[in-house]
Amino acid sequence: MEAPRLEMRDISKEYFGNKVLRSVNLSVAPGEIHGLVGENGAGKSTLMNILFGMPVIRNTGGFEGRIFIDGEPVEVNSPYDALELGIGMVHQEFMLLPGLTITENIKINREIVKDNLLSKLLGKKLGILDFERMRRDARKALDRVELNIDEMLPVLGLPVGFMQFIEIARELDKDSLRLLILDEPTAVLTEKDAETLIEVMKKLSREGISILFITHRLNEVLRVADNITVLRDGEVVGKLPSSEATIEVLAELMVGRKVDISARARRGFEEDAKPILTIKDLHVDMPGERVSGLSLNVQEGEILGIGGLAGHGKIGIANGIMGLYPARGYVHVANYGEVELNSPLSALSSGMAFVSEDRRGMGLLLDETIELNIAVQALLSRGKFLKKYLFNMIDRESIRKHALKMIKDLDIRCTGPNQIVRRLSGGNQQKVCIAKALTLEPSILFVSEPTRGIDVGAKKIVLDLLLQLNQELGVTIIMTSSELAELRSICDRIAIIYRGRLQGILPVDASDKEFGLMMAGELSAVKEGVF
Amino acid sequence: MTSGDFNEHSLWQRIKEGVASFGVARSIILLFLIILLIAALILDLPMDQILSSMLSRFGMNGILVLAMIPTIRSGTGPNFGLPLGISCGLIAAVLSIELDLRGFQALFFAVGLGGALGAIAGYLYGLLLNKVKGQEMTVGTYFGFSIVSLMCIFWFLAPFKSPEMIWPYGGSGLRVTIALEGRFDKVLNNFLAFDVFGVTIPTGLLLFYGAFCLIVWLFMHSKTGVALSTVGESPRFAESCGLSIDRYRTIGSVVSQALGAVGIIVYAQTFGFLQLYMAPLFMAFFAVASILIGGATLNRATIWHATVGCFLFQSILVVSMPVANLIISENLAEVARIIISNGIILYALTRREIGGGA
Amino acid sequence: MAKDEKVLSSTSNNMHESQKNQFELKWFLRKNIVPVFFFVLCVIGGYYSGLPLPFLLNEIITRMARNSFLVISLIIPVLAGMGLNFGIVLGAMAGQFAYVATVNWQMAGLTGFTTTALLSIPLAILFGWLTGILFNHTKGKEMITGIILGFFANGIYQLICLYFMGNIIPIKVPSMLIPGSIGLRNTLDIKPMQYALDNLLKIQVKIPGHVFPVSIPVATFLAILALCLFTHYIVKTKLGQEFRIVGQDMHVAEASGINVDRVRIIAVILSTILAGLGQVIFLQNLGNINTYGSHVQVGTFAVAAILIGGASVKKATVGQALLGTLLFHTLFIVSPLAGKNLVGDAMIGEYFRVFVTYGVIGVALALHAWQSLQEQRRIALLKADISGE
Repeated sequence: MEAPRLEMRDISKEYFGNKVLRSVNLSVAPGEIHGLVGENGAGKSTLMNILFGMPVIRNTGGFEGRIFIDGEPVEVNSPYDALELGIGMVHQEFMLLPGLTITENIKINREIVKDNLLSKLLGKKLGILDFERMRRDARKALDRVELNIDEMLPVLGLPVGFMQFIEIARELDKDSLRLLILDEPTAVLTEKDAETLIEVMKKLSREGISILFITHRLNEVLRVADNITVLRDGEVVGKLPSSEATIEVLAELMVGRKVDISARARRGFEEDAKPILTIKDLHVDMPGERVSGLSLNVQEGEILGIGGLAGHGKIGIANGIMGLYPARGYVHVANYGEVELNSPLSALSSGMAFVSEDRRGMGLLLDETIELNIAVQALLSRGKFLKKYLFNMIDRESIRKHALKMIKDLDIRCTGPNQIVRRLSGGNQQKVCIAKALTLEPSILFVSEPTRGIDVGAKKIVLDLLLQLNQELGVTIIMTSSELAELRSICDRIAIIYRGRLQGILPVDASDKEFGLMMAGELSAVKEGVF
Repeated sequence: MTSGDFNEHSLWQRIKEGVASFGVARSIILLFLIILLIAALILDLPMDQILSSMLSRFGMNGILVLAMIPTIRSGTGPNFGLPLGISCGLIAAVLSIELDLRGFQALFFAVGLGGALGAIAGYLYGLLLNKVKGQEMTVGTYFGFSIVSLMCIFWFLAPFKSPEMIWPYGGSGLRVTIALEGRFDKVLNNFLAFDVFGVTIPTGLLLFYGAFCLIVWLFMHSKTGVALSTVGESPRFAESCGLSIDRYRTIGSVVSQALGAVGIIVYAQTFGFLQLYMAPLFMAFFAVASILIGGATLNRATIWHATVGCFLFQSILVVSMPVANLIISENLAEVARIIISNGIILYALTRREIGGGA
Repeated sequence: MAKDEKVLSSTSNNMHESQKNQFELKWFLRKNIVPVFFFVLCVIGGYYSGLPLPFLLNEIITRMARNSFLVISLIIPVLAGMGLNFGIVLGAMAGQFAYVATVNWQMAGLTGFTTTALLSIPLAILFGWLTGILFNHTKGKEMITGIILGFFANGIYQLICLYFMGNIIPIKVPSMLIPGSIGLRNTLDIKPMQYALDNLLKIQVKIPGHVFPVSIPVATFLAILALCLFTHYIVKTKLGQEFRIVGQDMHVAEASGINVDRVRIIAVILSTILAGLGQVIFLQNLGNINTYGSHVQVGTFAVAAILIGGASVKKATVGQALLGTLLFHTLFIVSPLAGKNLVGDAMIGEYFRVFVTYGVIGVALALHAWQSLQEQRRIALLKADISGE
């Protein structure tokens, strides 16, 4: 049997003590199109960064495991090594220089030069570029991806769809290309361009080039791939030929359950009861998580889960309502009235609070003390913890008292209220975030990705804490998460977002298949006339 | 391994830890200062004079260094545009002479007016800083230079009449240095001053500096001050608290330039002269270097950093001058000042900025 | 998503480009507002200075020959995305150290000049290499680093010249040292090498109606021409291509297998070498070195000149460098006299000149910062637009 074109064996990787890949195995045969699917954060990008020798891997302590190309063990220490080995990659973000022409982009760092006296003396780099020959090469590569444009045009101003093909052409131009990695190549393409791309991929595979196709568009991967590997939480959870795969199977594998549903009795919340929060036709311009026309009612006292695949806007909802990204639409809170959008102050004073998914960026002042982190938002937005002298001075005593209470109530493990937040573990940082939100004494609490980047053990503690807040303090909680299991473990019902809108609301005991289908937009449970 | 080895190791370890917590740059500077002091002792230099002069120069420069705190904390970096505030202070001081004020009256008039002018200028400068986010240091440096050269034209054309300030034998414009004798020369230094073992303690000056430390401390612990620090530390976090980022950056600039204006008046008061024209050109650099020596970074600074830094930097200048004079030649102190101050700024620039997550 | 930002952010630029074909006076003026403004200022200043034309021309030619090299040395780092290299002060120091050596060896004439020029190169390579390493540690803050580095290096330079020369570094010629002490004197006489290049080939051109002819140092201008050609050549090579790639996007360059740090160091070294040669040419025309002053303002003046020529932090050409040198130094010549004739005092022109130098840099830097901020905002909005399909 022929050796596989690429084999990655037992690949493990840790970022700052956080395991993001656990002995992953991946194998691609010559001429095979191999699909790699998984949720955001499943470890796809890290795996590809390892394969491509990106500096970020080396700078964070390297990785474990071995890589084989055509049966030979190889070391990939830099993108340059990867290129030498015949690995080409089209990155998720564009890797083109808009100021240069298509030809220059295709021949980037592989320019053809004419020798002259200086270049003979001092090396190839001083040779003048031979544009004639570079053009011919570029033309040839563009023809292979069936892109019919002038190769001397600047990239600047070309339609988005073209750029993807130029990048593939750039990889094809490398004579030694054996393996082509396409990272979410269809994400920005129109249907028609995506169609063409799939044709091109099939053609290249017939020429003997192996393709690793990374996506979360399940129908595309089913159409084009020969085999599919599914990653979840840094582990391979499925490996199957695409003939055996269906959307349901893949969706189930991607989001599958891990935690058993706790025995807690679920309360039924009826849509027609008087809602505490009413959202109508909400639009949020959050890059990568846009919400377009969402309507949703939240009942007082419930824990509502919000799920959906990455990029469909579930994260945008809370960020938009809290005034952190540009939004329009109608948001109404019972006992307050209509909330002014694009105003964090208005959102905070309506009794809503937010535990952000971007804990280290937006959620915390990493270089400040625990007590200040807990108090600062309430201090600045609601005027708490102030003493009035000549002007408003902070009241350190009451901040200290409150912080000590929070540390005790939430069981924040620290050396004291003076400890710098950066030095806390992820779980304790999250508790500080929750304490910060509780200090606002909210009636509605938004929590986004509460367990992201937290140890497995601490995950349960954070979830239990949310449950406790809901049951003991009566706080209505709206929890957004990519992990379905986590939503199921504490929520009363779960709303699924698809393409920026509500696709449907499912009870927690609905099947994985139902969830999977709904997330893929194949199942709708929105009853007309409810909103 | 013998136990002796172990002890040595742990001692070395302990020194290393101590240095790390105190800051590498600060430790080197402190070591340098100690060596200079020992040299001064060995050379039998008049220590009482040196110590007096250390205290006096520390108080003289202190408020200029404090002026760095509000801008660093509000996220606009060290205030390289300080010559703007300094110019405001000089205008106020010149006006106090033109109005024929003397003593504390003149000083407080200059401080009050200078502070107010500095605040107004700081507001305008803040508007500029909000337009050039991310490039505040580069723009600020050349903005400061431009202001100094523009002020040269002003000093040259300004219609002041007081004979103490214009050239005695004709020629247009104000003098390059204006003596403050009989005006507010050393009014703070001499206030309640007393001698201990021959060392003069400039009580008034130190009290004045202490008062301004207290003002800055109160400001930083007010709601506005906390909001300003929050904006500087994490703009996104500040937004989530409903704060306007531009507003607090501007407030930082206002306070900083007002302090700059007050700072130069105190400086001139101790020095005994007002220095006009190109004199303020590099003052911002010495203030920036001082606070960095004190352990501040480009986005984090406290009153402690300003005080320690100012004291270390000025002490080195005071001690190195006579030591260098005896050992080598007189200019070495000036050279050392250039190398230390710019070296420390370069060092701060190369350091990865902490904060900002990940 | 990130992919699209570059495309969309640049569509509007593209439209500007296409407008270039239809020549319009208004468009030309707006595009070249800075040089046009300074041109008008020079004409007004020239008129009020009352200087006779041949004198003015002679002065301008002398200063063009002196300064062009230094200004052109700024182009390559701009190409490599490092902004305006205020660190060329170190190149100037290399040139001055080379002169100290050749004066010490009592060399003269063209031989002395050539030796000085050659000697400045290895020094400049060393300084440029160190500068490049520093810049790689302060990516995105190269300009402020360059400014401070200039001051810092000046301290080191003074240390060496004042305390090491004639002490650790032996100096044979006593007249170079401060009498009765160590350290170099304030002025270093290099008369034996003065005009070594300028007088190699000089032609006199008579202007009708004026007595004095205008003399042109052809050899110096040939050297400048050669430098222009060299810069042009570098831009066309693979190395030049790497400068442009790194300058546009370090991340893309890295992913394409380019050693970004190395390319940036090469750019700084080239710039420093050229600045060193520039200073050598500058001083051979002057005939003496102000030991502690000649290099100090080199960076500021060169940067101001290239900006006045219409260059920006992101784009600079040989043409802009030459035009800027012309305008800046014309202003330099005429402003004190114009100030005297207009206000009655030469000092006012002097101060104005200083203000223009600093002000033009300040405004250019602020404008650049403001524009890149606008660009970032626009990209953020576009990103939001695209991600929503």
